[in-house]
Amino acid sequence: MSEIVKKNLSEIIDLIKKKEIKSEELANLYIDKVNKSKKLNSYITTCFEHAIQKSKEFDKKPNLNSLLPGVPLAVKDLFCTNGFKTTAGSKMLENFIPQYESTVTENLWKEGAILLGKLNCDEYAMGSSNETSYFGNVVNPIAKDTVPGGSSGGSASALAADLTPATIGTDTGGSIRQPASFTGTVGLKPTYGLCSRWGIVAFASSLDQAGPMTKSVKDCSIMLEAMAGFDKKDSTSIEKKKENYSKNLKTDIKGLKIGIPKEYRVDNMPKEIDELWNKGKSILKDLGADIIDISLPHTKYALPTYYIVAPAEASSNLARYDGVKYGYRSSKGNDLIEMYENTRSEGFGDEVKRRILIGTYVLSSGYYDAYYLKAQKVRQLIKKDFDENFGKVDAILTPSTPSSAFKIGEKTNDPISMYLNDIFTVPVNLAGLPAISVPAGLDKKGYPLGLQLIGKTLDEQNILNVAYAFEKNCNFKNEIKNWWL
Amino acid sequence: MSKDKFDYFIKGEKNNYEVIIGLEVHAQVSSNSKLFSGSATKFGAEPNSQVSLIDSAFPGMLPVINKECINQAIRTGLGLNAKINNNSVFDRKNYFYADLPQGYQISQYKNPIVGEGKVLLDMPYGSKEIGIERLHLEQDAGKSIHDMDPSSTYVDLNRSGIALMEIVSKPDLRSPEEVNAYIKKLRTIMRYLGTCDGNMQEGSLRADVNVSVRQVGDKNFGTRCEIKNVNSIKFMQMAIEYEAKRQVELLDEGKKIEQETRLFDTKKNETRSMRSKEDAHDYRYFPDPDLLPLKIEQKLIDDLKKTLPELPDNKKERFMSDYGLNSYEANVLVSEKEISNYYEEVAKLSDKKLAATWMMGDLFAMLNDKGLNISKSPISAKNFAELIQSIKSGEISGRIAKEVFELMVESGDNPKKIIESKGMKQQSDPKELEKIINEILTKNKDKVDQYKSGKEKLFGFFVGQVMKQSGGKANPQLTNDILKKLLKG
Repeated sequence: MSEIVKKNLSEIIDLIKKKEIKSEELANLYIDKVNKSKKLNSYITTCFEHAIQKSKEFDKKPNLNSLLPGVPLAVKDLFCTNGFKTTAGSKMLENFIPQYESTVTENLWKEGAILLGKLNCDEYAMGSSNETSYFGNVVNPIAKDTVPGGSSGGSASALAADLTPATIGTDTGGSIRQPASFTGTVGLKPTYGLCSRWGIVAFASSLDQAGPMTKSVKDCSIMLEAMAGFDKKDSTSIEKKKENYSKNLKTDIKGLKIGIPKEYRVDNMPKEIDELWNKGKSILKDLGADIIDISLPHTKYALPTYYIVAPAEASSNLARYDGVKYGYRSSKGNDLIEMYENTRSEGFGDEVKRRILIGTYVLSSGYYDAYYLKAQKVRQLIKKDFDENFGKVDAILTPSTPSSAFKIGEKTNDPISMYLNDIFTVPVNLAGLPAISVPAGLDKKGYPLGLQLIGKTLDEQNILNVAYAFEKNCNFKNEIKNWWL
Repeated sequence: MSKDKFDYFIKGEKNNYEVIIGLEVHAQVSSNSKLFSGSATKFGAEPNSQVSLIDSAFPGMLPVINKECINQAIRTGLGLNAKINNNSVFDRKNYFYADLPQGYQISQYKNPIVGEGKVLLDMPYGSKEIGIERLHLEQDAGKSIHDMDPSSTYVDLNRSGIALMEIVSKPDLRSPEEVNAYIKKLRTIMRYLGTCDGNMQEGSLRADVNVSVRQVGDKNFGTRCEIKNVNSIKFMQMAIEYEAKRQVELLDEGKKIEQETRLFDTKKNETRSMRSKEDAHDYRYFPDPDLLPLKIEQKLIDDLKKTLPELPDNKKERFMSDYGLNSYEANVLVSEKEISNYYEEVAKLSDKKLAATWMMGDLFAMLNDKGLNISKSPISAKNFAELIQSIKSGEISGRIAKEVFELMVESGDNPKKIIESKGMKQQSDPKELEKIINEILTKNKDKVDQYKSGKEKLFGFFVGQVMKQSGGKANPQLTNDILKKLLKG
């Protein structure tokens, strides 16, 4: 097996720029490994012919000034790709081929990247283990009986297994950061509105945000730079100048104030997580940062708030999958209503149905004020907690997840315990802030654990810098043994 | 109901009832593209030829507000003397239907773009103010076609996503006649503003009609029924009359009115229950997270205000003071922007009062006969003004003028040209007339004697003879004067 696929994105870009490898060779290396890695089930669709053709075109006339010159990339199957199946991990869209390209993927192709395939994910991004996918669960390359996290589980698994040099996911409540933490990779959820949502299958519109998943912080900055940008087709997109995150990346974090929120020390949290958090603090302190204890008092309400807001929006966003226009339609039923019922009963999986039910309930007349409206108010309080503390600190350090990767099937019958996995990640989505998960160590089983850095609105550069400095001093080494080959 | 006093009451067996009506008018915004997508909005296009990925709700598609639709709603709000809200919110109204691709309609629920306003009606019994509760923007749905195939329903999404203004009145209307006047007034205002073409045949204007009844003198409202989606003024009036009578009959029998949604069957001329309050949809309204709250700067409102055209109420007042028209005439002549423009052009070049009379008489009758809009009139305003001036100056008589008018309709020619070429000019030269009259008097010596001995009725005979002799061209006034003078002598 080639050692090249193990390299970071930035190293691969260097090889291409120095003409030490051709785009086509590179594509073939990844294709070869993807073909041998079916056990992981990280790809739903492969676009190999397309990738070869595009890489040949690139090699004929290489534009080496682009950010991702001739780099093959697989993306989460929630991004609509023109001419390629986009399933959202659901039977409902099993055979759906968009005739349009999402803004974020379009931005990647414009920077020279080449679509390699579509990566598995929880159905409609609803899940924390990639076990709700209609196309089967994804295996974490860390160990064959563990989940990669979710919902961007296919992305995390493929990345950690060297089946793509970098990737993108979407993060509604932790769907980038939690799988990054579970697979020993870097994942960043940008500020809400930094990356366009146009062309991404919607889960919860006010929370959904696309972001990069990479093997290093530098790679993360390159990918973010390529995918971010104002899009007039998305009314919630932020109008601002593009930033050069990779060029401005630096390790000097002297004098930066890092907040440690006491509310993130939750009951029954494994000792290892606490130790990891302390390790993080001391690394940053040694680098000259000031560590400051802070309080985010409404943190404990974040999870229940999230599980009202997200399902409410999802129940409405998923109403369009009705069998009328595209996607799955049941052959059973004597009238319109029966067709709807059968289509949606057969087309959606259990977790999606559960959230549609919850969402429909919390928006119903008589319950709206008690649930949805109250949740919106709490959401404001959670945001206010962050705003107030960002007067005192420049970034906040927390664990990314309350545990390392759990076993396949361990939580599938216990949705609450599954939801609890998002406890450290959801407050960030509710507040619309950027946050990055960086690998920080291994637990005693040898499974990776991540730490999360939360930044101010549009302060991606700052958390990238802190993460970059941390990464350089943490000596984390992912131990993936290619057991599936 | 051309009476001086309001008298629309429904007489039940025991009591006399008053009818309370409120309207929710759905007016299609005049705009080139839809409320949240760039698709075209032309009426009558091939099915599904004006549908974007957004209108058909493909995965990942997002709405973006069309600013022109916002401006049109603000203009309409200003035309209704209403408060424009600087902050409003787009909500999702969730329900499933085959012609609703998103599974929800984007509408405005708690915070509409336009708040309270008012519309003035000119009723025969005086002017009446109708309160406007609110105006909000929303998307139209597509169209389900059930009669193309015995076993399938077809869906046309051309209309899906087109911007509608829902204009909600207060329950201030009291009769079908007032509803007629209200809809027409709304339509006139929106046509003046160019914000809705008001074309009811094409579905640009439709209404949900809320009807309740109460005993005359009662202060509390009765239970109302909502008649959905009525698309002509005539049907609205018929539906109200039927529904009010139905409710009165129930109350007279000691029964209760159930709050419900009803449909008007235009073939049977009756309303039928569609769903009761218990079966009412739970629309699960919530703010659309794909759209930010709509902020409207005061400057935009002020700027739009400056560009508003003169509206019918103001124009009517001006017509009365500038052109000396009475209220009725002014009302008719401002009822359409094009009519008022035509009138003003004519009035500037000719006698204002005579122009109004001729326009509302012969011109409107002709246009009505031919089914033409005034903008398609075969007689231009300039030619019409010349005709009025020819009458006013005495060049032609009213009777001849009618002939000239007919010829103008046929040929589109200038009236001067017609009068010249056909020799229709009025005989107004006193000497010439005197000559004709003298000849007639000489020929009818016996009749002159009878007249002089007291048979004054014969005056008409002499006039008739003069007209006959002159081919109808003798100036009637002058003829009278000269005849009187010569018969005296």
